[in-house]
Amino acid sequence: MATESKLLTMHDAIARHVPSGSMVLLGAQLEQMIPFAAGHELIRQSRRDLTLVGPISDILFDQMIGAGCVARVMAAWVGNVSAGVGYCFRRAVERSVPRRLEMVDYSNFTMALALHAGALGVPFLPTYATLGSDLLKKNGNLREFSSPVSEEKLVAVRALRPDVAILHVQRSDAQGNAHVWGSLGVAMDGARAARKVILVAEEIVEPSVIASDPNRTVVPGFLVAAVVHEPGGAHPSPVQGYYGRDHAFFAEYHEQTRRLEDFEDWLARWVVQTTDRSDYGKQLGPGRMANLAVKVHAFSAPADFGY
Amino acid sequence: MARSETNLAARGYTFSELMVAAAAREIADGELVFVGMRLPMLAFLVARRTHAPGAVGLFENGVLRETPSTELLYTMGDPSNLRGATQCGAMLDVMGLLQQGRVDVGFLGAAEVDRFGNLNTTWGFRNKEMQRLPGSGGACDIACLARRTVVLLAHDRARLCDRVGHITSPGFGTGEGWRRVQGLPAASGPSAIITTLAVLRFGHDGEAYLASVHPGVSVEEVLANTGWTLRVADELMETSPPSDEELRVMRELDPHHFWTR
Repeated sequence: MATESKLLTMHDAIARHVPSGSMVLLGAQLEQMIPFAAGHELIRQSRRDLTLVGPISDILFDQMIGAGCVARVMAAWVGNVSAGVGYCFRRAVERSVPRRLEMVDYSNFTMALALHAGALGVPFLPTYATLGSDLLKKNGNLREFSSPVSEEKLVAVRALRPDVAILHVQRSDAQGNAHVWGSLGVAMDGARAARKVILVAEEIVEPSVIASDPNRTVVPGFLVAAVVHEPGGAHPSPVQGYYGRDHAFFAEYHEQTRRLEDFEDWLARWVVQTTDRSDYGKQLGPGRMANLAVKVHAFSAPADFGY
Repeated sequence: MARSETNLAARGYTFSELMVAAAAREIADGELVFVGMRLPMLAFLVARRTHAPGAVGLFENGVLRETPSTELLYTMGDPSNLRGATQCGAMLDVMGLLQQGRVDVGFLGAAEVDRFGNLNTTWGFRNKEMQRLPGSGGACDIACLARRTVVLLAHDRARLCDRVGHITSPGFGTGEGWRRVQGLPAASGPSAIITTLAVLRFGHDGEAYLASVHPGVSVEEVLANTGWTLRVADELMETSPPSDEELRVMRELDPHHFWTR
C-alpha cells in the first residue's frame, strides 16, 4: 500500500488532473461544501469545454458558465438557491453568451441514480421518477423500458462516470482518506463513480484520526488522486462545524451579475485578479470569515470502537 | 389583487402567512413529509409546532428531522438544519423512501401550474421571449412519487394556465387515467394548489376546482385571475385564516418576514 503524500497546491492539483474537455462532478453535497476554490482555479487556468455534473451547485456552475469554461451541464437545478435565477446560465442557454451551452436536465433522484449506477459498475438503474415528464422526453440518458420481471414501465437512468469528482471535505489524511459529516448528498456515489477524485480539505489530520471513526469515512484514499489543504475553500457555501453560509454573498452575487458587464467585473474582482485562495481571503476582508465562524460548538457523543 | 391585499392587511396577516397556515394544515400528525424550501419549509415547522408534532421532515440532501431547526433557514443545507437532525444520510436514502410510497406529502413551488396540476419550473415566458428557469431539482421526483403533492404559488392568470409549456413535474397530465398510462404509482398525484387567493383541489377526472377562497377574496376575482374556466365546488368554503398560534410560530421562525413578506 503506497503511503506517499498526495498533498498538492490547488494550482497543481487542477493543472495535473483536470484538462479541458473533462467531465467534472462538483457540488455533490448540494448546498453544503461546494468546492468554490477549485472552481475558481479552473476558471483561472482557462479550462474550456468542460461538462459539469451535479444535482445542484448553487452559484458555482453559474460562475463557470459565465467565465466560458463550460460546454455542457448535466444537472437537476442551476441557479442561486437563496436568491433565484442564475443570470450567466440564462444568458448562455437563451443567447449563447459567452458561448453555446448544452443543458441536459435531470431530476435530483435521476442524477443520484446515474452516479449510483456508475459507482456500482452497471450501465443503468431503474426508477419510476420522471415518467410522464418532459425531462424523460428530452434527456437521452433517461429511457423508458418495460420491466423484465413485472408488468410495469420504468425509466432506465444511464450510468455517469465523471472524469473527476472534486469534493470539499472537513478532514482528510495526506493519502486522501476523508471524513465528511452533515450533508452527504451524492458524495459517496460521486467519489466511486468518478475515475479520479480531488479532495479539498479544511484540515489535514493523521491517519489515526480517520481510523478512530471509520463510519465517518466517505472517501477511501485509494480513490483519490490529490488532496488540497484549503481552509475556507467552500466559501460562500457552509461547512458543518467550520463555518456558516454567507447568505449576503449569494444576494450580492445576484445583484452584481444581472448584466453581463457587471458579471465580468465580479469575475475579475473575485477570481481572475486573485492569485489564489489566500488572495480571495484578502478581498473578503478579515471580519467576514470571522463572522461566519462556529458560534456554539455541538460535538457528537464519542462512539466506542473498543472491544 | 390590490383589493384583497388591503383586506388582508386589515386582518393582520399577509398572503404568505395565510398560505403557510393553509399548507401546514395539509400535514397530518405522524406523516412523512418531503419538505422543500421557502414557504413549505415554514409550513412544515408550523405544523410540527402546532397540530402535527409527530410529522417527520425529509430533505433532498439526505437530512431527516423530527425537530424544527431553531433558526430561519435560507437553504436545506444550512448548518442549523443539520445540527439536531435525526439522520444525515445520502440523497438516495430519502429518495428511496419516496419511491417506496412512504412519503405522505411533498410540497412544491412552480413558475406555472395548469388545470391538471402539471408544473413547469424549466421554461418561463415573458414579453414573448423564452426564459430559462433553474429546472426540476427534486420537484419532478416528488410530483411522480409522493402520495400527495401540494403546490404553492402566487395567483396570476399567466401562472395558472390552461396547459403548461413544459412538464417539469407531472400532475394529472391530460386528466383521468393519464398517470396510470404513464406508469406512475397508483397512490400518487396532486392534492391541492394553494395560491395567494384561494385553495384549489382536484376532481376524480384530474381537473382542478376552486375549493376555498381566502377571506376577503371574491370568486370572480379568482376566476378572472385563472387562465382557464375554473370549476367551483358546490360547497365553496372560505379558507380559515391563520390562528394566533400559527402566526406566533411563523413570526418566531421568520421574525423579519424574509419568506412571508
